[in-house]
Amino acid sequence: MRPTTTGASASALSADPPLAARVPLDLLDRRLLFVTGKGGVGKTTVASGLALLAARQGRRTLVCQSDAKGDLADAYEVSGLEFAPREVQPHLFAMAMDTESSLREYLRLQLKLPLVAKVGPLARAFDFIANAAPGVKEVLTVGKYVWEVRERHYDLVVVDAVASGHIVGQLAAPQAINQLVQVGVVRNQTSWMLDILSDPAQTGVVVVASPEEMPVNESLELAARIRDETTVDLAAVVVNRVLPELFGRGEEEVFVRLRRPERVVALSGAVGGDVGPVLDAAELAVTLRRTGAGHLATLRAGLPPALAMLYLPYLFSRAVGLRATHRIAEALAEELGR
Amino acid sequence: MSPRGGGGRDSTRDGTRGGPEAREARDGHDVHDARKVRAAGTNGGDRARTLERLLATKEIVVSCGSGGVGKTTMAAALAAMAATHLGGKVLVLTVDPARRLANALGLERFGNTEVVVPPEAFAAGGVEPRGALWAAMLDTKQSWDDLVRRHAPDARTRDAILSNALYENISGRFVQSHDYIAMERLFEIHSSGTYDLIVVDTPPTRNAIDFLEAPERMGEFFSSRLLRWLTAPAKSRVLTVTSKPFYRVADSILGSQFLGDIAEFFSLFQTMAPGFVERSGAVKRLLTDRRTTFLVVSTLEAAPAREAEFFVRELDARGLHLGAVILNKVLPTYLRRTNLTPVARALCRDAAALAADPSVHGGDEPDQVARVLQEVGESFLNYQVVAKRESEQRDELAQIPDVVATAPYLEADVHDLAGLLRLGEQVWR
Ligand SMILES: Nc1ncnc2c1ncn2[C@@H]1O[C@H](COP(=O)(O)OP(=O)(O)OP(=O)(O)O)[C@@H](O)[C@H]1O
Ligand SMILES: Nc1ncnc2c1ncn2[C@@H]1O[C@H](COP(=O)(O)OP(=O)(O)O)[C@@H](O)[C@H]1O
Ligand SMILES: [Mg+2]
Ligand SMILES: [Mg+2]
Repeated sequence: MRPTTTGASASALSADPPLAARVPLDLLDRRLLFVTGKGGVGKTTVASGLALLAARQGRRTLVCQSDAKGDLADAYEVSGLEFAPREVQPHLFAMAMDTESSLREYLRLQLKLPLVAKVGPLARAFDFIANAAPGVKEVLTVGKYVWEVRERHYDLVVVDAVASGHIVGQLAAPQAINQLVQVGVVRNQTSWMLDILSDPAQTGVVVVASPEEMPVNESLELAARIRDETTVDLAAVVVNRVLPELFGRGEEEVFVRLRRPERVVALSGAVGGDVGPVLDAAELAVTLRRTGAGHLATLRAGLPPALAMLYLPYLFSRAVGLRATHRIAEALAEELGR
Repeated sequence: MSPRGGGGRDSTRDGTRGGPEAREARDGHDVHDARKVRAAGTNGGDRARTLERLLATKEIVVSCGSGGVGKTTMAAALAAMAATHLGGKVLVLTVDPARRLANALGLERFGNTEVVVPPEAFAAGGVEPRGALWAAMLDTKQSWDDLVRRHAPDARTRDAILSNALYENISGRFVQSHDYIAMERLFEIHSSGTYDLIVVDTPPTRNAIDFLEAPERMGEFFSSRLLRWLTAPAKSRVLTVTSKPFYRVADSILGSQFLGDIAEFFSLFQTMAPGFVERSGAVKRLLTDRRTTFLVVSTLEAAPAREAEFFVRELDARGLHLGAVILNKVLPTYLRRTNLTPVARALCRDAAALAADPSVHGGDEPDQVARVLQEVGESFLNYQVVAKRESEQRDELAQIPDVVATAPYLEADVHDLAGLLRLGEQVWR
């Protein structure tokens, strides 16, 4: 089957992709990447692949999980991740975000409060406020990532971030806090956070999409909201789960003729079994690919022409575990021209 | 079901709803068993229940499952089927329909108003419905405003809340407000008594059970000690602010002005507590009522299926009625046939030799034919891997409920009522 991650097949998906879209990216040269997208499109898959690729190239990399699902641990085949980063592959460290630990670290480092013992009820009370007060939880989360960047603990921080519905609120939180909170430590913190977040050379958002109707619509909406409501740069759109193209030029007509009854009979006789359903399956595959290509064209047309798009193949065999993560990393490397 | 709304459905009903048998049955399981016994008598099998029968005997059907599996589409398809075949007044309350689907239902703009799907839309699909189909979309912001209007003790408080700078931000985020609103709207519409059947779509939650817990959390939120502290008169807080480390820390982190803003907002909000607490209790009772049933929609991919299994367990643990599991976007069964594996392998392995045969290449360029055969064989083997994995997944999911319905992966997108009905037909009987 034809590879789908090459520039050639990617371009076959949309009518006329602008040249800029195929230029290799500086993606991994940034310091902080937020990988987001609609639920289930492959945020964890892409984030784990990007981080593994960066680490394989020798970058000291931190990859962070934002939800409690544990999928990131599965991607590297390690047991449950914790707030304290752990080396899961050479040069690759993984952690799980949790706002209570983030708060504790923050209090210890920023306020020099040796509160660790009393932090239980404090955290519960704080949790309540943080849930009710806009932006507080978000700042604690994003703040941790940005802080790792500022302290130069890692060359690259990759965040397996929250889904489309929540990412804008998170990325916009420092500004929101800046407006809502007039004094206090939080406010003092937000200005350096904003400096790093707003710098395209350092920070970028990677939106993961898949070639389906709803994910495409949601990605377009998300791209617009990132542009309008946050100061963070949209670095790339990764289209995951791209089905392979079966036939090259002229071959589809050959396939159609091959389906004539007398030729199906002849072929079945020659292989010693009914090829009818096998040909049906190929037709299904062609249809699915074509439907997907239509949605991709919509996506490409709706995004800024200069925005980079990367294409990752649909993995037919089980798409979980370290082996799959390596395959995704390789596909990303190919797309990035590295 | 009461005779309110349109008539016409009673003939299709089996009488379970109001009958003594149902009254005896304390929870969904008893109803299940009673029906099973009766169904076995008439149909000779213990899997006699269908979505058709399920929908004929319920007033509220909640479509749930993980994102993208087809909750919204299936809710609309089933509502359309119910309006067509069961009659009565049927409402589909959708959350996030694709543009196409919204158009198919005549939902041109967002808003809480219920609109009737024009009979012409049915006619275009060659169908004469026995009842009427209505559709509404969920507008979270507007629903929140309505809630505030309803529960605020007086006009001044109401306006103070609605114009509060924190209101929008907060109403949009705390205690899964989106989920709560969906359930709240459902309650509102159901108690209006306008519809015979309401099919409800659910929001794409991070955790599928969030919306089940939302009413309870909303109640807890309003009766929590912390909220009371936060909204206590500023004066009585002064002492504690300086004495307790939390207040000191909160103060230094957020600043007292911000804390003050929050406190002010919540003291306004607090005035609505009695209404909210009572209401969330009522919403919860409605969900556990035997007139309500849940459909778990899933594809056969690993992640959604895992979530579906989890959801089924949660429904059970909460005493909620699992009506059916609907497997959507399922690949054709021929892909699983093991006797096709050697055929596909042969196409890959012997492509060149096969293509050389004139009765096979039929005048086409043999090289090209060989490449096509190779691709066809490889593609089949790829899809077979997926289909086999899905079939294992299916065996696991199919163990759970009485009704398991399967809808195929549709090659053409649903863009009109006829398309919805075609999808509905697949799972109806
Ligand atoms: N390229 C691919 N080919 C085939 N399957 C894939 C591919 N990418 C992801 N998957 C599968 O899709 C499912 C969802 O992927 P993943 O967990 O990465 O998504 P996510 O966006 O992180 O989901 P969530 O919103 O639940 O966090 C997983 O089962 C994964 O194995
Ligand atoms: N049986 C099916 N075959 C093909 N596509 C489907 C099927 N059911 C739903 N879809 C498509 O899948 C996408 C997601 O469906 P939707 O109903 O919005 O899911 P959810 O509400 O669960 O997020 C839509 O584009 C819809 O048209
Ligand atoms: Mg994930
Ligand atoms: Mg939906």
